[in-house]
This record gives sequence, structure tokens and C-alpha cells, in this order.
Amino acid sequence: MINVSKLKEGIVIDHISAGNGYKMFQQLGLDKLEDVVVLMRNVDSTKMGKKDLIKIETDLELNFDVLGLIDPNVTISYIKDGHRVEKVKLSPPKSVRGILVCKNPRCITNQEHIENGMFYLVDESSNEYACEYCDARTRL
Amino acid sequence: MLKNKSLISPADFSIEQIEEVLELAEQIILNPGSYSDLCKGKLLASLFYEPSTRTKFSFDAAMERLGGSTVGFDDPMTSSMAKGETIADSARTVSQYADLIVVRHPKEGTARLMSQYAACPVINAGDGGHHHPTQTLTDLLTIRHYKGSFNGLTVGVCGDLMFGRTIHSLVTCLSRYAGVRFLFISPAELKMPAYVKQELDKKGIPYLETDDLELAMPKLSILYMSRVQRERFISEEEYLRLKDFFILTKLKMALAKSDMIVMHPLPRVNEIAVEVDDDPRAVYFEQVRLGMFVRMALILKLLGLDKFGA
Repeated sequence: MINVSKLKEGIVIDHISAGNGYKMFQQLGLDKLEDVVVLMRNVDSTKMGKKDLIKIETDLELNFDVLGLIDPNVTISYIKDGHRVEKVKLSPPKSVRGILVCKNPRCITNQEHIENGMFYLVDESSNEYACEYCDARTRL
Repeated sequence: MLKNKSLISPADFSIEQIEEVLELAEQIILNPGSYSDLCKGKLLASLFYEPSTRTKFSFDAAMERLGGSTVGFDDPMTSSMAKGETIADSARTVSQYADLIVVRHPKEGTARLMSQYAACPVINAGDGGHHHPTQTLTDLLTIRHYKGSFNGLTVGVCGDLMFGRTIHSLVTCLSRYAGVRFLFISPAELKMPAYVKQELDKKGIPYLETDDLELAMPKLSILYMSRVQRERFISEEEYLRLKDFFILTKLKMALAKSDMIVMHPLPRVNEIAVEVDDDPRAVYFEQVRLGMFVRMALILKLLGLDKFGA
């Protein structure tokens, strides 16, 4: 069992479905941070069996859209002086821009290299989004 | 109010807005002379990045019959695209000259992209296998013209239901009306895609799937035939096996009701025998004419000129 000390200042992203932690780490660009960041994978959880967990020792402004896209069931806690001061529950964003890219090779966005296209949530259970141009479904 | 709106997908218009267009089309059919110079001085740009003689003719004829003019191309190699111009820039540029843009492009979503940058309304005349809303309006006008309304119809769609985009759009549009039911007639390999059926299930709209055209014939108010498209198949053998799966003949027409109508988006290959053409219930060539009228109505609506007719 690996122990990570309690966070005094920063953010904890908890209840990440096992496997999604690394995806969040990448999408949030945490590898570029100068501050301490811990990604724990496959942590035992009574509710989830296994879960991932991220601790960030900074007051970084998180992109909730990205987190909601990857895993809307996570819990985000903001820590100050060793105590939780704010808890955020996410829901998948209804629409996102500039995060997803259309995987449909017949979509005009792939010919015109459009990277800031809008995607609309079409299926909450599968977290699928539809491209505003060709309606093809995708997820992060 | 449809003035300055673009039509990219059939779902862009509400039932009421579609009804506005269809009603105006019926008025034009009754009295085309009253509309013959409403678009005088107006310019339609038809940008056909892939050839489609039929659709281009229909739009050109519609604009000419309203007294307007058209400019454009039907060979992308003669356009600025060949020099590497983006769709966004083409839209910005062309809309400086034209009052309305009609665009056909092999890539899905091109018309939507164009509408975001053009300073005038854009009509989607087909974006790959995605949408072709003026074909849907044509189909709706044909049904309304012959049947009076959409409610309570039993609509049979036959042929390639898997890849037929006009069929998907028509089924989705008709499912917004009360009491409509569907018979999907296709070989097992070309069945209606799950997403269309899921939409019908959600709305509680009844449908049956069969591969027996003869059995379906007596039940139908409308038979919408479609072509099995060679370009959709990787294997030529598979195409040859399926292309003649259904052929509508005089013999099969004898099984249908006297007021049933046969529609087809054209061009046909073998799926309707030439002997059926003389049957008064075969309305597919009239459907082409109605397509021009519905495009006239649409042009007038988007340019906000409809109030000045008749």
C-alpha cells in the first residue's frame, strides 16, 4: 500500500473511474505544471471497487468541461489549510467547443482543419457527443 | 419568418415553417405567372463541388422562373477551391455578390460551415451522405399535393434503406405528423439503420420490416421506391445480387389501392419497370416538377419576397 500525505492546499479529483485518471492528467496538461501532482491509479474503493485519484498542490483553474467529458461522476474538492472548503459535483456539459475533434473522415472539419467545432451531448449514458457539422458521434 | 434563414438539415425548419413553404408552393402551382418576376435583380450562386445535373437544373429553373439570375459552377476544378481556398473564404466571398447560396459538396457538414461565414442564406443541396433537405421538401410537397395531408398515412419505403439519405430524412420528417405508420421493405443487408428506428420507438410510431413487397402493396398509401447505389458497395458481386431484389411491375401495382401513389427520388435503374410509368399512380416524374415549385417557394421565403406574390 502506497501512502500519499494529506493535502494542505490544492485540489483533489476523486472517484475517477479506474483508467480515466491518466486521460484526465493528459487532457488537463498536468504534466506541464511546476507544482506537485500525484496520480494514483487502481486505488481500492468500497463504492467503486477500483478508482483513480489525482491530487494537485496548487489552486489551478480546472477545465470542468474536459473533466465532465471524460468522467462526469468525479468529485472535485478544493482544500485550504488541510480542510475541504468546496466540493464540486460534475455533470456532462451540454455542448463543448475546441476539445473534441470529429473522427468522421467524410466530415468537412477534417478537410478544412477546423479545430474549434462545437459538439452537442446526444447520449448521457454513453457520454457521446455529435459533431455540429456532420452529426457523427464521438467521445473523449 | 424564414427570411434570412439557411436550410441545412430538414430539422432546421419546424412543422409550421415547412407548412409555410409547402403552402406557398401550392399557390405558385396554381398561379405561376404571379410569381414570375418576384426575384428580378436577385442573384443565386449555385456552388456544385460535385456534379448533380438534376438538382442544379431544378434550382436554376426555379430561380429563372422567379425572374432572378444564377451564377456558379458545377466543376470544382474551375473554382477557387482548386487554388486552395477554404470553404469559409469561399462563403465570405461569394456572399458579397449573391443574395442566396446553393451548395452541394461531397464532404458532410460543408453547407453548415458555409452558412456560418456567408452574409446571405445558404441552402444545402446535398452534403455527401448526410442531408439533402430540398429533396425532403420535394417529397413532402408531393405527398401533400396528392394526399391532402400527412396524417394517418401508411408509408412504404422500399429498396436501399441503409444508405438512402433521402429516405432517412423523409421518415424522420414524416414521423412528426400524427398517425403515420411505416413499412420498411428491404433485403436483410440493406435494412433501415438502428438510429432511425430508435427515434420512431421513442415517439411510439409503429413500423414493420419485411422483405416481401407483394405482401406490403395492399396496405400502402404511398410507396417510396429507391435505387440501390453502386457506389455504396465495396463488392461488385454484392451490388449485382441486391440491385434487382425489388422490381416494381404492373403485376405488383395490381395489388395496390387505387389511390396509392408511387414516388422515387430518381434516377431509377431497374427498380421500377418502364411499364409502370403509364399508371396514373406513378407520380415520380411529376415529383420532379413539384421539386422545382418547392424550390421556388423556398427561395422566395428565404429572400423574404413571398408576401409580394399573387
